[in-house]
Amino acid sequence: MFGIYLKRELGRRKKAALVIAMGLALGIALVITVNSVSAGMNQAQDKVLKSLYGLGTDMTVTKAQSAPKAGSSQGPSFKFGATSSSSTSQSTDRVNTQGGQALASSLVTKVGSQKGVSAAVGALTLNVTKVDGSFTQGKAKSSTTSGSSGSSQQGGPGGGGGTSSTGAPQVQGGGANFNVNSYSVAGIDVTDQTLGPLSTSKITTGKTFTTAQTNAKVAVVSKSYAKTKKYKVGSTFKISSTKFTVIGIATPNSSESTIDVYVPLKQAQTLGDSKNKVTTIYVKATDSKQISSVKTTIQKNISGTTVTTSADLASTVSGSLSTASNLATSVGKWLSIAVLIAAFLVAALLTSSAVSRRVREFGTLKALGWPSRKVTRQVVGESMVNGLIGGGLGIALGLLAAYTVTAISPKLTAQLGSTSTGGGGMGGGPGGGGQGGPGQQATSNTLEIALNAPVSLTTIALAVGLAVTGGLIAGAMGGWRASRMRPADALRSVS
Amino acid sequence: MYKLTGVTKRYSRGKETVEALRGVDLTIEDGDQLVIQGPTGGGKSTLLQMIGGLDRPSEGSVELDGVNLATISEAKLTRLRAEKIGIIFQSFNLIPTLTAQENVETALVPLGVKPAERRERAAEALSSVGLGDRLKHAPSELSGGQQQRVAIARALVKKPKVLLADEPTGNLDEGTRDDIMGLLEGLWHEYGLTFIMVTHDSSIARRAPRLATIKAGQITLTEQGRGNGRFTPQQQYAEQGNQGY
Repeated sequence: MFGIYLKRELGRRKKAALVIAMGLALGIALVITVNSVSAGMNQAQDKVLKSLYGLGTDMTVTKAQSAPKAGSSQGPSFKFGATSSSSTSQSTDRVNTQGGQALASSLVTKVGSQKGVSAAVGALTLNVTKVDGSFTQGKAKSSTTSGSSGSSQQGGPGGGGGTSSTGAPQVQGGGANFNVNSYSVAGIDVTDQTLGPLSTSKITTGKTFTTAQTNAKVAVVSKSYAKTKKYKVGSTFKISSTKFTVIGIATPNSSESTIDVYVPLKQAQTLGDSKNKVTTIYVKATDSKQISSVKTTIQKNISGTTVTTSADLASTVSGSLSTASNLATSVGKWLSIAVLIAAFLVAALLTSSAVSRRVREFGTLKALGWPSRKVTRQVVGESMVNGLIGGGLGIALGLLAAYTVTAISPKLTAQLGSTSTGGGGMGGGPGGGGQGGPGQQATSNTLEIALNAPVSLTTIALAVGLAVTGGLIAGAMGGWRASRMRPADALRSVS
Repeated sequence: MYKLTGVTKRYSRGKETVEALRGVDLTIEDGDQLVIQGPTGGGKSTLLQMIGGLDRPSEGSVELDGVNLATISEAKLTRLRAEKIGIIFQSFNLIPTLTAQENVETALVPLGVKPAERRERAAEALSSVGLGDRLKHAPSELSGGQQQRVAIARALVKKPKVLLADEPTGNLDEGTRDDIMGLLEGLWHEYGLTFIMVTHDSSIARRAPRLATIKAGQITLTEQGRGNGRFTPQQQYAEQGNQGY
């Protein structure tokens, strides 16, 4: 009788049942969408962090850049010799360490011996700025052409010489033409490549370093850099007059890698004039749940260092990924909670109202001797079915929304770290040497990530749970009203 | 046997208290027929509710076979209604989504009768009221008289000791009213039920062996019938020339 009665009642009140189910469906679909998009955001953030850290890295140890002393120059500087011959090609590499201050290599062992640390490897990251080009010496010419009075002028970079000067020798035709190319080089510990910068990439062509190549002049280059420079396995190139042979092409696991060239650590230390120095120590903890305590231990025992965990780094992510992530976790979460509460309330009120309209029906059943629990069970049963229909619809809608997000795969950008800007620029003059001032030094990395919206079984289980909860709340409200009805209500003349 | 002693029922309407019944004393023997009549708001339905265990008195006792319905637990009262009391309503009170047979079955649900037996007994009950060919019809597919017959089958399917009827012909035309009254009296006689009926209809009231008139919550009993207030339909039809109601 329970099943027949339930089926007939739901069939009779299709519209009301559909309104309740649709309300719940909307809330549940929103929860699934927000959850899946949030999961997608987390995956995207993980990708961003892994691109910087590498798989398995729990934290990094670095040393903050000390404040520059007054009067000291900042950034790379270039010195070119002034030669007398015209159109002289010159090239120079400026290699400097990236990030903060270098740490002593011995700290790697010290960090590795800390409690809770499973492994620690050091890496030295360099920024190489290659400037090559030619100068054209200006020629002095005596002229009496009229012009505005003024002092002699120097030619600017790439520009023409001075224009006019009354009675004074003019410099004409002088200039300089430079190409500036900047790329990053990571010196890695070839004896343990499971941690550190190269662990974010997969060797897709050639091979990686052998453990014997601790000081070999070999390099692995990133796929994008190899494409730009047309490098293949076996190609050679120079960094500050040291010739390296490409042995492998690495494809980053995430969309972009921040490193262009990987060389053995010792070679990097030589290039960067940083013997026995590293810029970053990559640390893996023995237990991923103990990361914060390991961080505290390292900070306590090794003073002057900065320990950055994935969680710390996640907070430095900015850009549209960060904005979207914040939206998903804050606005999305609260919106779905609000819609769910509203859906539950609407379901409860509609059920309660439906019960009120069935006063005589339930009163009759009670007059016939139906115990209150049987009447309540009937009402709760109807609400549960409404809830489950809502849950089914909500799951379908939610999956559709998540599928749509994944199909569209909106691109999000993530910026890691901060950007500092230095002033200055290139200068040059005819016949004289040029000295470049500090340029822009960017320590931030911008990555582009395609957003997915994966729906996990947990999310589906959550949706089913919410549907059941919605049904129960509505049923409890309706059932409570039904249980309070008196059998004498059966004699009421109102329907 | 029913024994009502000093039954008073008060209702609160805001600050005002209304006494629907005032110290009603009444005895109804097994197999009796009692018709309750009176003006609207006089307390007829309230008295029926007390007798049927649908509500409890504010004061006094309502005993059915020695069990005081005013004081027994809700669960016991519900069980007693399920087993001993059949009720017929003015508006039939059928569940609109259920078929005639399923509506009759609802009376057997609280007794824990198995589905197959339930269906069989419901079909028999419907046949006994002349609706053997309407088992699968929804209430909306039946006439008013047929719906009341389904309600009668529902009241009698559990073989109750008492049959209560609240204006059972109130929503029916004259012809149908006569059919239903004939049916009820026949069943009352056949099953030996205690039959208590509330009605506005004076023609029905006149022919009852016992008439209880309620005005302003107070009852006046009139013995109209013969010996012990027992009612024999055949006798009555004969006596009144079978004029109809």
